[in-house]
Amino acid sequence: MKLDILKRLGFYALVTIIVLQALFPFYYAILTSLEDGQALFEINYLPEALNFINYQSMLSGGVFGKQILNSVFVASVVVIISLTLAVTAAYALSRIRFRGRGLLLLTILSVSMFPQIAVLAGLFEVIRWLGLFNSLWALVFSYMIFTLPFTVWVLTTFMRNLPIEIEEAAIMDGASSLTIIRRVFLPLMWPAMVTTGLLAFIHAWNEFLFALTFLSTDGQRTVPVAIAMISGRSEFEIPWGNIMAASVIVTLPLVALVLIFQRKIVSGLTAGAVKG
Amino acid sequence: MAAVDLINVSKSYGSVEVLRDINLSLQKGEFVVFVGPSGCGKSTLLRMIAGLEDVTSGELRIANEPMNDVLPAKRGISMVFQSYALYPHMSVFENMAFGLEQAKLSKAEIIERVHEAAEMLQLTPLLKRKPKQLSGGQRQRVAIGRAITRDPRVFLFDEPLSNLDAALRVDTRLEIKALHERLPETTMIYVTHDQVEAMTLADRIVVLSDGRVEQIGTPMELYNKPASKFVAGFIGSPKMNFLTGALAESHGAQTYGIRPEHITISDSKGDWQGRVILREELGSDTFVHVAVEGIGKVNVRVAGSYEIGASETVFLSPQPGNAHYFDASGQPIA
Ligand SMILES: Nc1ncnc2c1ncn2[C@@H]1O[C@H](COP(=O)(O)OP(=O)(O)OP(=O)(O)O)[C@@H](O)[C@H]1O
Ligand SMILES: [Mg+2]
Repeated sequence: MKLDILKRLGFYALVTIIVLQALFPFYYAILTSLEDGQALFEINYLPEALNFINYQSMLSGGVFGKQILNSVFVASVVVIISLTLAVTAAYALSRIRFRGRGLLLLTILSVSMFPQIAVLAGLFEVIRWLGLFNSLWALVFSYMIFTLPFTVWVLTTFMRNLPIEIEEAAIMDGASSLTIIRRVFLPLMWPAMVTTGLLAFIHAWNEFLFALTFLSTDGQRTVPVAIAMISGRSEFEIPWGNIMAASVIVTLPLVALVLIFQRKIVSGLTAGAVKG
Repeated sequence: MAAVDLINVSKSYGSVEVLRDINLSLQKGEFVVFVGPSGCGKSTLLRMIAGLEDVTSGELRIANEPMNDVLPAKRGISMVFQSYALYPHMSVFENMAFGLEQAKLSKAEIIERVHEAAEMLQLTPLLKRKPKQLSGGQRQRVAIGRAITRDPRVFLFDEPLSNLDAALRVDTRLEIKALHERLPETTMIYVTHDQVEAMTLADRIVVLSDGRVEQIGTPMELYNKPASKFVAGFIGSPKMNFLTGALAESHGAQTYGIRPEHITISDSKGDWQGRVILREELGSDTFVHVAVEGIGKVNVRVAGSYEIGASETVFLSPQPGNAHYFDASGQPIA
């Protein structure tokens, strides 16, 4: 009896710790973003005043809005191109028998093993050669190096688990390849695509190193670098309030996306268990 | 008129030849069953007729038209897959309508055909459901319904019952037989490795073994006049007894075959004397396994129940005229 209660208490204590550990930094960022001036440096755990001046100064500053749009553009284009390429590649890798298929799959996966810093110098040369320096396409191009392998890999695994007989039934029903992809594959792949697309989006949204290296002007920057470069009135002042407000602003789109696609993500993670 | 002809058809995957020189001619409206052990090439043959596999060499004709290079959907065939292969995201109605939409039929005609097929298979109350909301037997009927709506000349089934439990399998077998009677113009080709399904459904059975046709014939022809030792052992349940040794040699054969139901058992007199090893009681039948001195192990089928204890002595008499003799290569000796 007693042990039961203890066990339960222990369980909830653990849950609380994990939740706190995960959410506290973000909560504190929100708190800080709502404070100004001297209030910033007083330690408090509950909001004392709702002061939106930090948000105002970030959003009216002009360039930050543009930077958010840059991020949205880069992340969206990366997701769209990655998924389009990955679906077609996954189809070939999972359905068509050809020599060296296993090797190709392993190669694709191994590309994502290189640390970013290892490819940075080489990539910089490539991007200069392509004339993409300080262009958002430089980021689109370089992020694909990381998003494509894992979208291809995940979608290939997922597509392999779709019974081939469903596709054959569609062939017998007289569907063209395009119809099969559109009416049969995409509806079934949708959860997997949402899941991988979202991960790719988050990756592109948060990436720092390439964004710092390949872009040189404020107007081109994406938000992680932009936030790191927010500076105060003098070099001795770090504008924590502004930084936190900016951080909160750029987190919201991700939270919104996850909430919108929540049910799809869950069914994406369990889709393999459902038999046609 | 011939519905499906295969002329010297072979199939290879790379250097591996899985089907060799298949010659078959199926009549319109016939129910033909391909039967054979696992891996003998039944599915491959069926999928070549469907157009899902290329014909490596030889000619395939449907209704006397060459079909080797015709798209699957243009062959006038429908296929029911072993795993049903329903589209999981579509309702029963949409599943059955999909092929008709691809054929560009009018909305009204699609609705009419789907409802007609649904009526035939008692699927009308289920039309709005998704496949995952159906039982195995219902899914099977939807798969058949989807095939019917396309109004095919040839119906292909690849082991359609193997995912069902035993009781449902018998029901569905009867439904498929009834379906064939309702569609007398439609040729049906049915693949199974279950010889009971083959015997009960088929007008003609094609026995395949290791990529070759062993024998083609009506169920009774196969049962009474097996063209090889392989067919003799494959058709009939329980399996035919194969006895080698002096008994076979006295008839100039290598193997002497007698079916369990063609042996009379008695506790007082008979041609062979032996001891009971094991008795299997099925209610309607009893199988008695007997070790016969100088001959070997023999399985006997007795109608009804037969009371006898293990290691008791019994006498067996093979019924004259029902014995089969095979030479060393498995060919029958008349
Ligand atoms: N894609 C392939 N590549 C190489 N060999 C194959 C391929 N598909 C089938 N085979 C081989 O062809 C032979 C026949 O296969 P098939 O599927 O037709 O057998 P089956 O008679 O339907 O068996 P089962 O009763 O188990 O379904 C098998 O030996 C199999 O290994
Ligand atoms: Mg098979």
